Amino acid sequence: MSILNLHNSLNTYLILAAILFGMGIYGLVTRRTLIGMLIASELILVGSSINFMAFNRFTAPDPTVGQIFTLFIMAIAAAEAAIGLSITIAVYRNYKSVDTEDIVDLKG
Amino acid sequence: MNPTDASGILGFFTADGFAGYADPLAGIVFLIMLATTIIGGIIACNSERLVRAVAGLALCFIGVAAIYYYLNSPFVAMMQMLIYVGAVCITIAFAIMLAAPEENKKKGPAGPLSGPLGLITAGLATIGMIGLAVNTKFIVLPKVNMGGVKLIGAELLTSYSMVFELVSIVLLIAIIGSLIIARHGRSK
Repeated sequence: MSILNLHNSLNTYLILAAILFGMGIYGLVTRRTLIGMLIASELILVGSSINFMAFNRFTAPDPTVGQIFTLFIMAIAAAEAAIGLSITIAVYRNYKSVDTEDIVDLKG
Repeated sequence: MNPTDASGILGFFTADGFAGYADPLAGIVFLIMLATTIIGGIIACNSERLVRAVAGLALCFIGVAAIYYYLNSPFVAMMQMLIYVGAVCITIAFAIMLAAPEENKKKGPAGPLSGPLGLITAGLATIGMIGLAVNTKFIVLPKVNMGGVKLIGAELLTSYSMVFELVSIVLLIAIIGSLIIARHGRSK
């Protein structure tokens, strides 16, 4: 298979989705602010969406199902981002910081 | 796949349905968009300043929208541009402006997983999933339709109408809930 025909193979999309998922996990464990962790979680969600779309395009019999599922993932991700950012703003108002090391009141 | 039975940039069709694009230009644009996605993701998860991370996230999402276009779904590509690039990235940018001051930022490692251990964790997860994806034999079923925008609309309003309504309720609750959470303690 030539490199210019890469977009017609299922493995290309699966590897790209795995790389995006890995970047999301790396950001999630290394970031020290809540907003950075939220950005990393968006990367994880988009990786899973690419997986759905790839199987939808290459193996599934009905190509509408995966697209509809990806649309639902987008809606849930938008809701998650809105809730997460409002919690971040509330935390910043109470603690004057969004650093994960400063929010330790429940730690005992 | 035989590239000689191509019918231009619009792709070609077999008995199973859409078979793919076979123009060399389509391959070059795909490689550019692949590089855009991966570079945007690296910037998003690795840059020191959060504003640059959001810009990298937007770049990554634009690349992913192009990937969706290559996966034969221009409607999902458009929704990706509208929702992710247009709404989520802008919301995160506003949150950074409201709640992430750059001056009292701490330096240094954030925890035990922040250094090479985090890289090893993410790398092991990535390599494991790539190994699973490459070594599994997936069963390819014949297509029953082409999955156009018209069909998506019909399915959304018939088979998936319940999920559609539930998602709208979830979005409404998310909007009201985020307003209430972010409003708390504002009048001082």
